[in-house]
Amino acid sequence: MAGKLNIRVDQDKCQGHARCKSLAPELFELDEFGNAHEVGDGSVPAGLEDKAWLAQSNCPEIAIEVTEE
Amino acid sequence: MSDSASIMPEHPPVTDWINDFDHTDPVWTEDPFPIWEELRAASPIVHTERFLGCYMPTTYQAVKEIAYDTEHFSSRRVIVRDVRPEITARAPPITSDPPEHKPAKQILLPPFTPDAMKKLEPRVRAICNELIDEFIADGKCDAAARYTKHIPVRAIAHMLGIPEKDGDLFIKWIHGILELGIKDDNALMEAVKEMTGYFAGHIEQRRKNPADDLISTLMKARDKDGNPLTDEHVLGSLRLLLIAGIDTTWSAIGSSLWHLAKTPADRERLVNEPELMPLAVEELLRAYSPVTMAREVMKETTVSGCPVKPGNMVLLSFPAANRDPAMFPDADKVVIDRKENRHAAFGLGIHRCVGSNLARMEMTVAIEEWLKRIPDFRLDPAGKVTWSEGTVRGPRQLPLLFGKAS
Ligand code: SF4
Repeated sequence: MAGKLNIRVDQDKCQGHARCKSLAPELFELDEFGNAHEVGDGSVPAGLEDKAWLAQSNCPEIAIEVTEE
Repeated sequence: MSDSASIMPEHPPVTDWINDFDHTDPVWTEDPFPIWEELRAASPIVHTERFLGCYMPTTYQAVKEIAYDTEHFSSRRVIVRDVRPEITARAPPITSDPPEHKPAKQILLPPFTPDAMKKLEPRVRAICNELIDEFIADGKCDAAARYTKHIPVRAIAHMLGIPEKDGDLFIKWIHGILELGIKDDNALMEAVKEMTGYFAGHIEQRRKNPADDLISTLMKARDKDGNPLTDEHVLGSLRLLLIAGIDTTWSAIGSSLWHLAKTPADRERLVNEPELMPLAVEELLRAYSPVTMAREVMKETTVSGCPVKPGNMVLLSFPAANRDPAMFPDADKVVIDRKENRHAAFGLGIHRCVGSNLARMEMTVAIEEWLKRIPDFRLDPAGKVTWSEGTVRGPRQLPLLFGKAS
């Protein structure tokens, strides 16, 4: 089994493409300008790992970091 | 816009694509993909003496380097043209460089968030169905003229709070600016003048009767010092919304229907697995990205190791970047459930398209509503598909027959 995943959005890189929110609405929130940040502390609940990776591999700005504990 | 080729002054035909490319050449207009492959194989960035000197990055990496580099490349001119007149009509934030760019863009971002687009979605669904009602009984239609063209025009009119029937005027102005204007400065100026007059009238009206629409939002906005925006800024932003929002999305929806018309397997999959739509829309955006932007080289630098010199323009081809096989495996194939897709159809970096959420919503709704009512369709062999010329690529005539081929 892989370890628990954590996600983090780099605020300097994010340009609000909203791909993450559309692919993984459970894991990302958008602010009033449409820029993303991770929900809560960024820990990925069990079962949502694939969505975390999917969001990461579709962010055009490479702004999403996924780390494995 | 299908008549553009006959009106535009001639450029000599291209015989050497690598050293003398021309994105307005009819061969490019018809099928640019093999040309980009040839250019990419030659160099990550190529140059032409046409358009008073112009570079084109051919790889995803080179496009990205330029998009992120606001120090050496300016956005003050966003279309590659035959002339480079004094800059008069600005369209913030697309033509803004840092530090003016960010505050100008932040005014426009809130009305275009995904949540704001959800509120607009029912109106767009209704528009699509009203359009389909008009031609479905005919068993065929030119989908560019009767469907894809009208959706973004009416949607942005709805947002701006102006009559949806004024859409034909917008289409005329955009043609003058984006197509005729590449080679004819008078056509461009004429269109800008008419458009400015039109919006100046609406601004006057809103001063007396503020409304809950985008024109009023811009008029209510404050700059970083707390002052209202100048009328010039409001007009510039309105020009941008109109120019950027219409034939781009018209093209994206048109290319998508064109692809589905000639690819029954993808069409059937989308009909049977509607949950694939979000990935499919992104893949269609990647494969048929409609928009190529421009930059102006301000200072000498290098791109992917190649020197570039000031005084030249850059044809910043997001479509060519999206076809780079170093970035996208099987880049020349449409894989409608492609999982990894960092495409650059809406640009990269600070100039990411403000309307991207609107465009995605319109594309999704337009394809969904079409497939619900016309699940089977194909290209009409008696007609001819034609493509727009220049900065925005998409079908301008798209003759389709409905139903299964007998
Ligand atoms: S996909 Fe990337 S750039 Fe877009 S909102 Fe998410 S983190 Fe930001």
